Amino acid sequence: MLESYGPVLILILLSSALAALVLGLSSIMGPRGLGRGARDTYESGIIPTTSARQRFPVRFALLAMLFLVFDIEVIFFYPWAVIFRRLGLYGLIEMLLFIGLLFVGYIYAFKKGALNWE
Amino acid sequence: MTGGDIIEAVVKSLIIIVALLTAFAYMTLYERRILGRMQLRSGPNRVGPAGLLQPVADGVKLAFKQAITPRGVDKPLYLLAPAISVVTALSAFAVIPVGPTYNIFGRAIPFHLADFNVGLLFVLAMGSLGAYGIVLAGYASNNKYSLLGGLRAAAQLISYELALGLSLVGILMISGSLSLTAIVEGQARGLWYILVQPLAFVIYLISAIAETNRAPFDLVEAEQELVGGYHTEYTGLRFALFFMAEYINMVTVSALAATLFLGGWHGPFDLLSGPWWLLAKIILILTLYVVLRATLPRLRYDQLMRLGWHWLLPLALLNVVLTAIGITLLQ
Repeated sequence: MLESYGPVLILILLSSALAALVLGLSSIMGPRGLGRGARDTYESGIIPTTSARQRFPVRFALLAMLFLVFDIEVIFFYPWAVIFRRLGLYGLIEMLLFIGLLFVGYIYAFKKGALNWE
Repeated sequence: MTGGDIIEAVVKSLIIIVALLTAFAYMTLYERRILGRMQLRSGPNRVGPAGLLQPVADGVKLAFKQAITPRGVDKPLYLLAPAISVVTALSAFAVIPVGPTYNIFGRAIPFHLADFNVGLLFVLAMGSLGAYGIVLAGYASNNKYSLLGGLRAAAQLISYELALGLSLVGILMISGSLSLTAIVEGQARGLWYILVQPLAFVIYLISAIAETNRAPFDLVEAEQELVGGYHTEYTGLRFALFFMAEYINMVTVSALAATLFLGGWHGPFDLLSGPWWLLAKIILILTLYVVLRATLPRLRYDQLMRLGWHWLLPLALLNVVLTAIGITLLQ
């Protein structure tokens, strides 16, 4: 069972080797020596004033939480969908209830304005 | 795994990597040529016959550019980010079936690297992991443009991931399997799933374009406002790795669309053998990518979010309900 993942592991190892090779080459090849200001952060020619590691809008965090909730629902759909034909009417009704609950949550987030970017 | 299996896996992995890198190189040329034609110019046609050596020239140029590491970057993460992008992009292709089982050197060789029962989940997981590359690049670069690009990438990815995942549920219901090989065989026996799941196909395609951060959803690297976004501080080959990841992701997403909706490596008639059919379908979808880029203006950020959360997500849910009811009625 677990053996079928072996080839994937080999592909991941080989592509990691490729990435390491390219990164290694990038520091060996190419000219050396830096002009004045070459290592400055690029801000379209303006001299950077503050660090870029600043606070960012809370909207991103809210979106991430909504994503977590909905994504787990999506994952719940997958096993259900695979055996759907075997479950028959029972599976359909159970899932309609589940989607109904999910949709109530969606409407709530919608009404609260969590899905609006403005 | 026996020694033979390991050799087979290594050879197949190398073929996948080389094929994807070639596809990446020629996709850049193909895109520039089509964009050129659509804008009434020729596009790159000077290097080699019809510009065919242009990707080589670009690669050599990038390789001999100076690798600048700006001040204040988080060096381990800064170097790890492009590696993550490219490794996840290459690995996602592992489970896509390219053809039937052929007999080569007296050994039955199935034309896919791996086939396990959660193949589809694996592709989606690799696609999501790829976002780490972009987000870490944005964070590690110590550049405001990069940070904004990284944040946008994360927000955009998670918004469209939902619609993408949900749009595939209908297919799982019809095929009854998460294995891509089984899904292709299901379509060979009956109809292509694009005919039974047209809404899902449209949702998948839109979400996939958004997931790969391509025009008109390329807010992550919007040149006019973010000067390039997450890869602003990357030069030479390090930048090339991000570029590579983006194009390989496009190829993978197109291959997945062909596999799930367009019958995979099966064709309507026996003109071509399996892998060529798949290639033709992939090129078709990649052409669509380029034409969309040449045609549509970039969305505004709030429009992007509204499209994802207000339209695609409920429509994908509706598609699941309709498919479920349809299957139950037909049984």
